[in-house]
Amino acid sequence: MHHPGTNNKVYKKINDNFEWSSENFKKISEIIKKYPSNRIQSAVIPLLDLAQRQNNGWLSKNSMEKVAETLSMSYIRVLEVATFYSMFNLEPIGKNFIQICRTTPCWLRGSDKLSKVAQEVCETNIGETSDDEIFTVVEVECLGACCNAPMVQINDDYYEDLDEESFKKILQDLKDNKSIKVGSQIGRKSSQPERKFDA
Amino acid sequence: MLKEKDKIFKNLYGFEDWKLEGAKKRGIWSNTKELIKMGSDKIVEEIKNSQLRGRGGAGFPAGLKWSFMPKDSGKDHYLVVNADESEPGTCKDREIMRNDPHLLLEGCLVAAFAMHAHTCYIYIRGEYYSESSNLQKAIDEAYANNLIGKNACGTGWDFDIYLHRGAGAYICGEETALLESLEGKKGQPRLKPPFPAGAGLYGCPTTVTNVETIAVSPTILRRGSKWFANLGSANNTGTKIFSISGHVNNPCNVEEEMGIPLKDLIEKHAGGVIGGWENLLAVIPGGASVPLLPKSICDTVKMDFDSLKEVQSGLGTAAVIVMNKSTDIVEAIARLSHFYKHESCGQCTPCREGTGWMYRMMEKMIHGNVKHKDIDKILDVTKQIEGHTICALGDAAAWPIQGLFRHFRPEIEKRIEERNRRVA
Repeated sequence: MHHPGTNNKVYKKINDNFEWSSENFKKISEIIKKYPSNRIQSAVIPLLDLAQRQNNGWLSKNSMEKVAETLSMSYIRVLEVATFYSMFNLEPIGKNFIQICRTTPCWLRGSDKLSKVAQEVCETNIGETSDDEIFTVVEVECLGACCNAPMVQINDDYYEDLDEESFKKILQDLKDNKSIKVGSQIGRKSSQPERKFDA
Repeated sequence: MLKEKDKIFKNLYGFEDWKLEGAKKRGIWSNTKELIKMGSDKIVEEIKNSQLRGRGGAGFPAGLKWSFMPKDSGKDHYLVVNADESEPGTCKDREIMRNDPHLLLEGCLVAAFAMHAHTCYIYIRGEYYSESSNLQKAIDEAYANNLIGKNACGTGWDFDIYLHRGAGAYICGEETALLESLEGKKGQPRLKPPFPAGAGLYGCPTTVTNVETIAVSPTILRRGSKWFANLGSANNTGTKIFSISGHVNNPCNVEEEMGIPLKDLIEKHAGGVIGGWENLLAVIPGGASVPLLPKSICDTVKMDFDSLKEVQSGLGTAAVIVMNKSTDIVEAIARLSHFYKHESCGQCTPCREGTGWMYRMMEKMIHGNVKHKDIDKILDVTKQIEGHTICALGDAAAWPIQGLFRHFRPEIEKRIEERNRRVA
């Protein structure tokens, strides 16, 4: 199973010189303040996250070099971190990054059916980006929302209590550029027991 | 069943306001100054007396852990809250952080004071985006109202809380890997000793504690250690959030008294097993890392540390994964093997190589595509991994497989024979 975040090769395409946006530059000084002044390397994960957000969801070599420069670290130390953590993508991704949880609690409630739906609607394989670059679909390990299984993460948000139908609709709506509802798809609040016994 | 008045998490599902105003209505931050005035020795004493055991999985006595922090080290002390919730089946800390974040923050202040720490880092898993956003808003509110910051709650104690988002690595839930990650490195566990209480974050005395452990501590101090210790049974006291997932009618998180029978937990709170109790095949009672239990044990077992240890499993994070008879039990465990293969940090050879080998073997076992002697071979390999790695991930990868063969060996033998017949 291929996952952009676990690909240890840095994608060859080098985009234009990466410079921090002025907004992110301000954020960086706030982030660095959280750590002792001689320990600013601690900010490497937050800064890689910031760089990834600025760079359409993936980390180019230039962006990682920028992070290294900003924190006075050597590039290899930054690359080491970027390849270790699964949330960093080292190659471009589509507009909607679909992460389907595949671990046992979600699988017990039908996550493999969701994978099938995603491949059909997004017209791509697991681990790949669709030709129109609207979707990248990957299977990931436990996302920690097991009482709302099966669930997927799309970009920053969780979509929970899914079934084939509701997931298909979400993907279709994304395709049609419609807004979608975050969280439980059966109208549950957090992980409350469904109140169907109340009646 | 746990009485409403004994519940610590009054807003677990987020029906009420999670912000400061709502939190104050629930009594959070009401007399924090008085709790601090008890003094650090008394706070640790009370936590010890409550017999609270860590809620992150290992069940180490919390008061004892807090007492390991040196009194006068001349260095900065740190409290690090482990909010890297990634154990499959577990989703309890998430509810605390998004629906009752002030409960956690107040706990941070009290615990940090008891450990002589002026700084607290909350390491939250990166995927929890909306949770971290709620938590950050709560931190901002607490600063704005002088509940934390300089002279926190008017106690004269300066206290800062910083939120640090991870980036997707199960191993960072291991305390020393978490510290490495927080220092800006790959999350690879450190050799112990030195233990974090001696040399942790930035080489300073540090205590790493789970979200739930910290979140319950102010309530224990408020209501008294006796109240907490009277819930559950000796050595397994208090209340606990159980995450019930898998083949149940109403998967949910629920706070219950420690030691509740597993059957009651599933039937009273989660709407029962899909297809009824008789349709139950097995339960993983404490998150992916603990061995599964077959129905015969589930009928009577109690949900606490010692009762589950007696049946060769564990309470772990109290994440109950229920599997009914429609489950391919071998594939369920093979999926967990895949999880551990993916999450092994690669530092120790037995784990790095072993998790991959075990996963490939388990994949073959699903179809019976192995020889009878391979069963003993895989069990032998699990024994060679267990206890031979720096951290417990190796053990965690080995136990589910050992549990499977302990209780379902005939199932795999049947598959081998069926396949042999098909091929022959």
